[in-house]
Amino acid sequence: MSTRMVEVRAKVMKQNDLLARALRERFTREGTCVVGLVSSPGSGKTAFLEKLLRGLARDSRVAALVGDLATENDAARLRRATPNVRQITTGTVCHLDAQMVEKALESWRLDRIDFLFIENVGNLVCPSSYDLGEELRFVLLSATEGEDKPLKYPTIFNSSDVAIITKMDLAEAAEFDLAAARRNIESVRPGMQVLEVSAKTGAGMQTVFDLLHAQLARARHSQVAATL
Amino acid sequence: MHELSIAISMIDQIREESESRGGLEVEVVHLKLGIFSGVDKEALLFAWELACEGSTLQGSRLAIESIPLVIYCEACQKNRVPPSVYQLSCPDCGTPGQKIVTGREIEVASLEVVA
Repeated sequence: MSTRMVEVRAKVMKQNDLLARALRERFTREGTCVVGLVSSPGSGKTAFLEKLLRGLARDSRVAALVGDLATENDAARLRRATPNVRQITTGTVCHLDAQMVEKALESWRLDRIDFLFIENVGNLVCPSSYDLGEELRFVLLSATEGEDKPLKYPTIFNSSDVAIITKMDLAEAAEFDLAAARRNIESVRPGMQVLEVSAKTGAGMQTVFDLLHAQLARARHSQVAATL
Repeated sequence: MHELSIAISMIDQIREESESRGGLEVEVVHLKLGIFSGVDKEALLFAWELACEGSTLQGSRLAIESIPLVIYCEACQKNRVPPSVYQLSCPDCGTPGQKIVTGREIEVASLEVVA
């Protein structure tokens, strides 16, 4: 049987990318600073996020979407910091996509939210392919995980904007080599900003708050520009 | 393992393409897959068969062309292939490369259809 070739040239992620772009435009229009969080399971995403929400809620309006395969546990935990938390349960899906985010935002007044955090499913592989429309992506690496994680999962580190090293209070006990971790991050994502924190002691959190406030100021600036 | 989600997106896309061209009988799907796309080639090939079951693409073959990771070196002002996917620097001068030229694509390039 003879065959012929049909040119297609279709980007497989096109649908997600278009939706993510629409979300990004919406966030800009509403002046919301949106930050995505990715990491492996157990790296301290939720503890870090809880600290963030508590700290920012003192003078800002905060909200969070949390993705997990199952259970509402993380949302329940984060609601101690703010009532504006929604859980996205993905079932068997190992990542969030733009459509899940759009759906989860339903009926939320974004113009009344300064900071929106999107905590992805704990996974260092799959979320790297999906743009969620966030302005900033934090990739978390805990001091107890080992300093070579960035080399093992280069795509997710490369698709992120800021690396946060968590559980720094345990660094000494875990014999964590901070210099090597920084070197490895630099190797897979040259120029990436790296911050060290301990959600438990609060060390380093102020730097993150400052970075987020600067980002919010930029978001507000873009909002004004977008309405002109 | 998000390769099944990727395979399903591909099938939806190909179905649309086929419908817009009055129905195609697809034998081979040619995909360009960047090695820095976060999608695993073997896992996608495995997912492809599963995802195609019961669809019009059942029995089709997925042919994957791997696209290398290429970065732009600001110092040499040239495209370069870095030493590895976890060392994004110029192989000649060692300058770290922040700009990725190729390696992230997940793209259905063409379809081989029954004439």
